Amino acid sequence: MKKIVNDPATAVADALRGMALAHADLIEVHHDPAVVVRADAPVPRKVAVISGGGSGHEPLHAGFVGRGMLDAACPGAVFTSPTPDQVRAAVARTDAGAGALLIVKNYTGDVMNFEMAAEMAADDGVEVRSVVVDDDVAVQDSLFTAGRRGVAGTVLVEKLVGAAAERGVDLAGCEALARRVVGRVRSMGLALSPCTVPHAGRPSFELGEDEVELGIGIHGEPGRQRAPAGPADSLVPALLDPVLADLPFTGGDRVLLLTNGMGGTPLLELYLAHGIAERLLAERGITVERRLVGSYTTSLEMQGMSLTLLELDDELVELWDAPVRTPALRWGV
Amino acid sequence: MGCTAERVADAVRAVARVVAEHREELVRLDREIGDGDHGENLNRGFAALAPRLAEEAPGTPGEVLELTATTLVSQVGGAAGPLFGTAFRRAAVAVGGVAELDARAVAAALQAALEGVVARGKAAVGDKTMVDALTPAVAAAESVAATGGDVAAVLSAAAQAAEQGAESTVPLVARKGRASYLGERSAGHLDPGARSTALLLRTLAGSAR
Repeated sequence: MKKIVNDPATAVADALRGMALAHADLIEVHHDPAVVVRADAPVPRKVAVISGGGSGHEPLHAGFVGRGMLDAACPGAVFTSPTPDQVRAAVARTDAGAGALLIVKNYTGDVMNFEMAAEMAADDGVEVRSVVVDDDVAVQDSLFTAGRRGVAGTVLVEKLVGAAAERGVDLAGCEALARRVVGRVRSMGLALSPCTVPHAGRPSFELGEDEVELGIGIHGEPGRQRAPAGPADSLVPALLDPVLADLPFTGGDRVLLLTNGMGGTPLLELYLAHGIAERLLAERGITVERRLVGSYTTSLEMQGMSLTLLELDDELVELWDAPVRTPALRWGV
Repeated sequence: MGCTAERVADAVRAVARVVAEHREELVRLDREIGDGDHGENLNRGFAALAPRLAEEAPGTPGEVLELTATTLVSQVGGAAGPLFGTAFRRAAVAVGGVAELDARAVAAALQAALEGVVARGKAAVGDKTMVDALTPAVAAAESVAATGGDVAAVLSAAAQAAEQGAESTVPLVARKGRASYLGERSAGHLDPGARSTALLLRTLAGSAR
């Protein structure tokens, strides 16, 4: 597998050095432990909104560090959660006395590492709360699984909570908002091809030319079902129907639709899929009030996409529209 | 003969070598039912250990175990970092400040490690995790320690039980961790965490001989 990488062991640190140069006006990058923080952190009196996770999902999370979104992001090794030391350092660099909210995707490793970090930060005297995002409808939430995974809906949680924190909402308010958003956001993804982790050197799973993997996560792990490939008109409903049925979203709802690429999907195909999804939603009487199309939560070079729906209300629309200035999302400033 | 700090340090250095040798195997096992990073992550953590042991020269077995814990927690990430890190930390607390570990101390350390793993990961026997290897290992270690076996005998029994426990994960359907997302598709595969736990105990047993 060809990659633009020198040494898999240093690929994340090497990429972070490039990112620091590319966005010196917005972020500062620290190494050992690796933490990306807002250039103007700590922001006086503001709740620090912090996330992190394995690398390989860019722009998630470091691409969302900046005004109106995250105060810090902790990039782990590729597809591996960050360590508690990283999260503790992120809290120390961004806490302005108003406490820190940790946004955690629901994976066993992420939850445990952030849990240890929260214990350490509390020992350091910082008030820390954690919210776990689990928007993936492909995984059954039962006693027999680790629970639903956190996927592209995490971007929406980070944007909305980041906007609230920027407006001066306190820690309890940010936590309550995050839980409210998590409660109304749902996603599902599919893959047309697997991806290759640099140090693994081979694809994460095998997929025939005429097959798609439905219900994938964001780590190149196989999904729950393999299905024959088909035209976009059959693929888009295969994602949208389970998402709609889950919350459920019904006629009269106002939603934000995120059509997300997995890293190797051309924008042409994403717009094509987005158009179909909007049409299907309109047919059901669901109003798409806000939308985002692009590759925001990725799995390296995987070809594929996910659809995320968030049920909106006036407050969430206002927070979505609030100014944001990060490497990957910018508007209103 | 008891286990001094130097012997415990030798043992964890031996574990580091074995993890490096089995890196590919653990990556392959994890790729089948997880995300393929287990061998890489554990190897990164244990590889960082040798220089730290040389630098800090911990003076008691407990200090060696504690340094192992902090190194793994800060270097490994994933689920393995908190789980192995918590296991070594609880073991360090269990053995306290003694200069040498006897058989009973080793068995008690393994018991404490298991309790730490269960508290952190909330897995039970049968969930297809490292707990399936560690639980029978602790039982075997305690039984041998209670009947007067030495450290080598305790660890040897623990290693053998862990290997059998790891094998027992093959037909299981995973209920914890990333493998649980696969549902029935996780059956028929050896759990990578159970495998690395068995490897670790086998290596400790070899070092104690």
